[in-house]
Amino acid sequence: MAKKKKMSKSARTYLTSFLLVAIFYGAVEAIRLSGNLSSKAAGLLIPVCAYIMMAISLNLVVGFLGELSLGHAAFMSAGAFVGVFFYNTAGASLPRWLAVVLAFLIGGLAAGIFGMIVGVPVLRLSGDYLAIVTLAFGEILKNVLNSLYIGVDSAGVHFSLKDQFSLNMEPTGKVLMKGAMGITGIKKFSYFSVGILLIVLTLLFVLNLMNSRAGRAITAIRDDDIAAKSVGINLTRYKLMAFVSSAVIAGFAGVLYALNFASLVAKKFDYNLSINILVMVVLGGMGSIPGAIVAAIVLTVLPELLRGFSQYRMFIYSIVLIVMMLFNRAPAFVAWRQRLGLKIRNKKDGSGVSSGNAKKEG
Amino acid sequence: MALLEVKNLGISFGGLQAVSGLDLTVESGHLYGLIGPNGAGKTTAFNMLTGMYQPTEGTITFDGVNITGKDPEYISKAGIARTFQNIRLFSAMSVLDNVKVGMHNRVTYGMFDGVFRTKKYHQKEAEMNEKAQKLLDVFGIGEKADYAASQLPYGQQRKLEICRALASDPKLLLLDEPAAGMNPNETAELMETVRKVRDEFGIAILLIEHDMKFVMGICEDITVLEYGKIIAHGDPQTVANDPEVIKAYLGGDDD
Repeated sequence: MAKKKKMSKSARTYLTSFLLVAIFYGAVEAIRLSGNLSSKAAGLLIPVCAYIMMAISLNLVVGFLGELSLGHAAFMSAGAFVGVFFYNTAGASLPRWLAVVLAFLIGGLAAGIFGMIVGVPVLRLSGDYLAIVTLAFGEILKNVLNSLYIGVDSAGVHFSLKDQFSLNMEPTGKVLMKGAMGITGIKKFSYFSVGILLIVLTLLFVLNLMNSRAGRAITAIRDDDIAAKSVGINLTRYKLMAFVSSAVIAGFAGVLYALNFASLVAKKFDYNLSINILVMVVLGGMGSIPGAIVAAIVLTVLPELLRGFSQYRMFIYSIVLIVMMLFNRAPAFVAWRQRLGLKIRNKKDGSGVSSGNAKKEG
Repeated sequence: MALLEVKNLGISFGGLQAVSGLDLTVESGHLYGLIGPNGAGKTTAFNMLTGMYQPTEGTITFDGVNITGKDPEYISKAGIARTFQNIRLFSAMSVLDNVKVGMHNRVTYGMFDGVFRTKKYHQKEAEMNEKAQKLLDVFGIGEKADYAASQLPYGQQRKLEICRALASDPKLLLLDEPAAGMNPNETAELMETVRKVRDEFGIAILLIEHDMKFVMGICEDITVLEYGKIIAHGDPQTVANDPEVIKAYLGGDDD
């Protein structure tokens, strides 16, 4: 009887997640068609998509695996730089669509490799080591990219970590990456529908993974690693699976983000961004995919909406954060929300009190 | 040949010899008890048998293979499953999923199958669901398959833990104080369950328990530990009348 009446939890998650994305897409397209989409808002669309992907992927590590990562922006950065570097060099002579597809694949792969490099030594340990190492990794990568110069001339490729002149290039040489100025002259590729497509693919991947044998193993490790070990789960393997998958998705998000701008600088992918994404995951409810989507949209759009309030902007932003946190977590609010949900459901069923009580017991 | 043969097993943590000279022989289809006062090293012995701790001396032979010092993954695959003294369930996961995690190495498919929802995924998931539901039904908690594990009452959580252990198709089941915290009714019910498990699944069971009624009631062979050493061994009658055992439990003249 229970099965007939209510959908399984996983089916509900699929439905809400895709519904949310559809609503987001529909709403934006409707505003665009009505001609009310300001250029400022249009410029936000791709970053929002990228942040949604970031929040979903970080949820894989923080929400489902139960490990803390403080350097998720670094994987985004790795994907962005490697992908765009390819797009700007080798990709320039390819057909555009192929260059874009390859840029995504290469960016994702690069981020995945960095994920391995960080994950293999650290995920063997239990404890908060991942947080410390990812934090350091983020800073290291940002600083290296910030001072990396790459140029090419007839003699080949030149590297320097000092400045442009240390590249020692022939006058005809071309500088591909200019330290703090990053990569410039990117031929933009920014389509909102591509962003939505990537979100959908990310959702399919993450939801399918979490509702499979591997996903159960990952969640089991979070709930009790000793018990997980005792039923024969290889902890390191599944921790790595979650962490590297998450890094690859962050890499894709990085490429998506970078192709939206004419230039790419490492400074954008700093500690603040990692924390912002973590805030999205925590506010959305750890382990909740629909929550992460909503939080990513709200927390990206909100600061922009508040620009009109100039100096009060961050003040209001923080109050909203606190209120959202209370709404999600405070017992009184949770109880109120549940009562409200029951009321709505009862009205829909028309079956009144009895089903409400049954639900409560469950 | 015996299913499990433990010879001279011992472990020391730094200077502390927690267990030493432990010998055990377990035959298929029988019920064994491991008892002793608190701190005697019973759970430590379990932890060595399941690969959680590396023994510092002795050998463990299971089903003809030397498994001394192997990791828990290997030992679980070889066919030893366990429950824990303080229940360790995957509390946020559903009751059904807990059992399915228990099948991790018995019904398998890869990450690819899971992500791309191949035919194999659907077949294996259906197989898992059916097997898991059957197991839950045997223990009378089949109706709660969709509940979160943490929502079950205490007694049923114990049962679920046994279900999860059985889901890995073990040849030997280790139960660490299964009756702890249960009232007399629940304990009696559990005794029935344990017997049923032995009979229906045809496996060997080794259990640690403090409830003497429980142990004497169902175990065919009992080993008594004190301070990490065996002080008595035999059928329930012999053990219950052994002066060393009485002294260990009730205290005696220490002169």
